[in-house]
Amino acid sequence: MKEIRLMKGNEAIAEGAIRAGCDGYFGYPITPQSEVLEYLMENRPEERTGMFVLQAESEIASIHMVYGGAACGKRVMTSSSSPGISLMQEGISFMAGTELPCLLLNVVRGGPGLGTIQPSQSDYFQAVKGGGHGDYKMIVLAPASVQEMYDFAKLGFELAFKYRIQVMILSDGAIGQMMEKVVLDEQLPRITDEEIKKKYPWATTGKTPDRERNIITSLDLDPVRQEKINIHLQEKFKKIAENEVRLEKLMCDDAEYLFVAYGSSARVCQKAMQLGRDKGIKVGLLRPITLFPFPYEEIKRLSSQVKGIQCVEMSAGQMIEDVKLGANGKVPVEHFGRLGGIIPAPDEVLNVLIKNFIKN
Amino acid sequence: MTEEIIIAGFGGQGVLSMGKILAYAGMMQQKEVSWMPSYGPEMRGGTANVTVILSDERISSPILNKFDTAIILNQQSMDKFENSVKKGGLLIYDPNGITRHPVRNDINIYMVKASDESAKQNFKKGFNMYILGAFLKMKPLISPEYMKIGFEKSLPARHHHLIPQNLDAIERGKEIIEKVHTI
Repeated sequence: MKEIRLMKGNEAIAEGAIRAGCDGYFGYPITPQSEVLEYLMENRPEERTGMFVLQAESEIASIHMVYGGAACGKRVMTSSSSPGISLMQEGISFMAGTELPCLLLNVVRGGPGLGTIQPSQSDYFQAVKGGGHGDYKMIVLAPASVQEMYDFAKLGFELAFKYRIQVMILSDGAIGQMMEKVVLDEQLPRITDEEIKKKYPWATTGKTPDRERNIITSLDLDPVRQEKINIHLQEKFKKIAENEVRLEKLMCDDAEYLFVAYGSSARVCQKAMQLGRDKGIKVGLLRPITLFPFPYEEIKRLSSQVKGIQCVEMSAGQMIEDVKLGANGKVPVEHFGRLGGIIPAPDEVLNVLIKNFIKN
Repeated sequence: MTEEIIIAGFGGQGVLSMGKILAYAGMMQQKEVSWMPSYGPEMRGGTANVTVILSDERISSPILNKFDTAIILNQQSMDKFENSVKKGGLLIYDPNGITRHPVRNDINIYMVKASDESAKQNFKKGFNMYILGAFLKMKPLISPEYMKIGFEKSLPARHHHLIPQNLDAIERGKEIIEKVHTI
């Protein structure tokens, strides 16, 4: 029988990273995600797997340590919350330019600025549309449970190395702080230096006589070559968009109305959906699990079935732009959100759906 | 079966740990569970609350504004959560420090003098266990056997010698609960 534990989301992702064979974590504490670093320090992964854990002097230092570790072909990660992730954007853009794989966790809190420490989803644009400079995208995973916080550490590393891309887990204070049941996997071995040399010929593993130097840099001042690099990146993003869309649908088969929500908002909408079904309202839920790539096709398909789409986000309306692109004018799409760290209540969300689409 | 519970009181009363033991015991009894604490500035300011859900099905929202049961341990929480109990639901409170008693007549209300009892038994740290026992008397969702397993799983081994005393407090809590109002 598999081991089960009651864990916080922040603890689950830390345990998930250890068990997925993570080589190194570099981070700086900030509420509501400090438990990631605390758990790693307390559990001594250096004794379990040899994984390296360091509290850096700042978020900027953390992301550049990740840059260095990733350049060596190691499985490395950092975590922070909104203001700290803003500080990391330069390093993330450099990693996008050099195609270095890594795992990033943003346990989002209310903003802008230092904002609050309560749950929010107002960093969607930053994560999905490129928070740093340049034409780049990251794979963005949105966990809605503590189990997914755990699972996405392993999935995140797999995708990061499959595509040589940065994977961000876009969570929030509610998922990070709450405890739920987690089913744990067996410990995976860490990758060896020999395996890195074989699998990742781009990694800076030390020059040998049989190959040229590997140079990791995002600087190429020749615009012709820089355009080629950019075209290559765009082709990669297109391939990811074609192959890696993940979503969950609940009660969509006979749905006349649709909630679209991710992360903890999706959990609230699931309850709202049940309350709606109890009243005889045929409402379903589409939960994007990947925010990039976004499930445009499924939204397009459902747009010809339902009478209205209610987006629910703890933001002023960010994901709704992608939902509207998917719906492409076929069906009315409305936004509802609470701001600054307030989580909407299930009956509040249902009442908005009724007001927007049914009572009128 | 789904039971949605809010436990609310002062920081230090064991609100979060009571919820954690309940959730852990529920999980060991094959239930789906969630434990969602208040972790914000209000926690630093003295009040603490936690939403615990025990269910036979996958849990939807871990964040709620209506509850089957409210366990209320100070006046601020009474003011905030009395009206959050679903019609026909259950409110359990410790009258110690309560200046305005609950007034709703569409819910079941019970009191448990856990502060007095824990002082009398010279087990003030077990205050929250008397409360938990009172709750389990009203809603016997977790068997005593699994409560014990819940303790063993959620407490580090160095505290395991305290488990029998805590289980006794739970049993005592079941005896000292008093009816205030039933519908």
